Amino acid sequence: MSAIGVTEGSSQPGLREAGVVPEFKEPETKPKKQRRANRKGYAGTNNTNTWKHALKTDWRLYTLLILPVLFLLIFRYLPMAGNVIAFRRFRPGSSIFGDEWVGMHYIEMFIQDPTFWRVFWNTIILGTLTLAICFPLPIVLALMFNELRSNKFKRIAQSISYLPHFMSIVIVAGMVLQLTSVNGTINQVIGSFGGEGMPFMQLPEWFRTVYVTSEVWQTVGWGTILYLAALTTIDPQLYEAARIDGANRWKQMWHVTIPGITPTMIVLLILNVGTFMAVGFEKVLLLYNPLIYETADIIATYVYRVGITSSNFSYAAAIGLFEALIGLVLILSANGIARKLGGNSLW
Amino acid sequence: MVTIPAEPGTKVEQDPRLGSRPTQTIKIKDSKSYSAFRVFNGIAIIVICLVTLYPFMNIIAQSFSSEGYINAGQVNLIPRGFNVTTFEVVMSDSMFWRNYANTVIYTVVATAIAMVLTTCFAYALSKRHLKGRSFFIGLAVFTMFFNGGLIPNYVLINAMGFTNTIWAIVLPNAISVFNLLVMKAFFENFSQELEEAAEIDGLTTYGILWRIVIPLSKAVMATMILFYAVSFWNAWFQAFLYLDRRELYPVTVYLRNLLAGATGTEQMGGAAGEGTQIASNVQSVTMLLTTLPIICLYPFLQKYFVRGIMLGSVKA
Repeated sequence: MSAIGVTEGSSQPGLREAGVVPEFKEPETKPKKQRRANRKGYAGTNNTNTWKHALKTDWRLYTLLILPVLFLLIFRYLPMAGNVIAFRRFRPGSSIFGDEWVGMHYIEMFIQDPTFWRVFWNTIILGTLTLAICFPLPIVLALMFNELRSNKFKRIAQSISYLPHFMSIVIVAGMVLQLTSVNGTINQVIGSFGGEGMPFMQLPEWFRTVYVTSEVWQTVGWGTILYLAALTTIDPQLYEAARIDGANRWKQMWHVTIPGITPTMIVLLILNVGTFMAVGFEKVLLLYNPLIYETADIIATYVYRVGITSSNFSYAAAIGLFEALIGLVLILSANGIARKLGGNSLW
Repeated sequence: MVTIPAEPGTKVEQDPRLGSRPTQTIKIKDSKSYSAFRVFNGIAIIVICLVTLYPFMNIIAQSFSSEGYINAGQVNLIPRGFNVTTFEVVMSDSMFWRNYANTVIYTVVATAIAMVLTTCFAYALSKRHLKGRSFFIGLAVFTMFFNGGLIPNYVLINAMGFTNTIWAIVLPNAISVFNLLVMKAFFENFSQELEEAAEIDGLTTYGILWRIVIPLSKAVMATMILFYAVSFWNAWFQAFLYLDRRELYPVTVYLRNLLAGATGTEQMGGAAGEGTQIASNVQSVTMLLTTLPIICLYPFLQKYFVRGIMLGSVKA
């Protein structure tokens, strides 16, 4: 018990230092900090925990950090600061932070822009569909793999199901365009049942189906990996114990397997919710065309067209910032809820 | 680090329904419903595999088919009107080879840069006693959830004068935070004794990293190289955004333009036969050739990727 006292005492500076970490850590509640402090505590010793001492003993380690941190600052944090052009007028050729303040001009502009609201709802719908379908399917597939008894068959099936993950998004888009084309396979199948063929990629009402189906094809197999990894960490003795207690395979699955992968599920759900707004921008950009903007155009593609194609940088940046903030709020709240409910959170 | 087994363990023991039947024998035959499920499961998995493979088979079939059969909608799994002229057409386009070479160059350079940065970063962060460690980890992890967005990035890359240079492709994505966390998790489990022994033998931090840790981490290094190489090989958007000269494009952008019908019409339309638009067998052949290295490497890729993901999943 006394060990706890020592740990907490020694890591007080660590706590203070944790307070300076970037914004996303601010909403942290105390218990978590405490936990981190405890985790870190055993390594630190009492009087040596000062920056001076750290720099003296570990300066070589810090030199290793210089380039990567410089990279993060330039290519990650500088663009974050660059979002200030959402509130400043930017003209090609001016500084990356724009010329003059215009206040909420661009924000008001997109709030009054009907196209913005169309792409906003398209994003929400597409994101929800993707989340609702692409999140649970890997769990089901992993459980199906898990019930296979032939290891060879299992290995082959897994290898095949991972394959689409390694394909470039351009290839995937190419496949989708070919399969859905007028003389593509899908129309052949429809034709063989006597149906009327249709140009799927020119019909707005079909875009979501095509998109989500291609997402399933591309991500579900690979998505099983983390669950399969979690499954291997389940202690076989648990199954044995369950068998001794008379649990059949169904009950084993329900009472041993599912609880075993629940932490993984929660973490992945958080990640999925957090990236919910970032619907596959590149894929949509490759697949869509003006005929199906009505359903296919999402915030990110709209930002691309407004900003890059039409050079309205500030306006596009304002929309992009809005989207990024929603994403941040989503992941923070998903994480918060997960922590409240079960203690399985990302941080 | 793996706390997963603990939870279900307690749960099962506490479950009253399971605990109340201690007399049943260990040997339990599969229930009828379970046997039926297993048959269904096996068939379902076979169907899933076939569906997964179908688009690939379709592309291969189209690559070897003549345009007439494709336009008539008669090519599925088996090539019709077998020929290799499309391959000759695509491969005789010098721009294709030029862009293919670009892809190789971009992939190699970008992977090298990424590996140096990620290894240094991960190694330093793996030292639990490093002061400020959680700050630096936070600095990296935060970028996973919030990024500057398309426009500020575009403005920045332009302002740095990277447009139409290799740097626009190889620098901006040099550190993948996920890969960083995987590597960090691996280094954290590296034998502490070994490093201490090396230190006593007079090696500095750099020496330990270069001569002890990296040589003994070949598996994770290989995994990371593959992770990065595949992502750079497959990337297209960065190039699409920042390069406007055709001779600089990677092959993915070449393919993208082919799909969008934006380029190559003159050279290819005529040669491919009847079609005036870009023939789908030309598209298929280009897709096939673009992804060929990935498919050839796939057995290795898959093994290392799975291992790497599992390594990362424990922590990340």
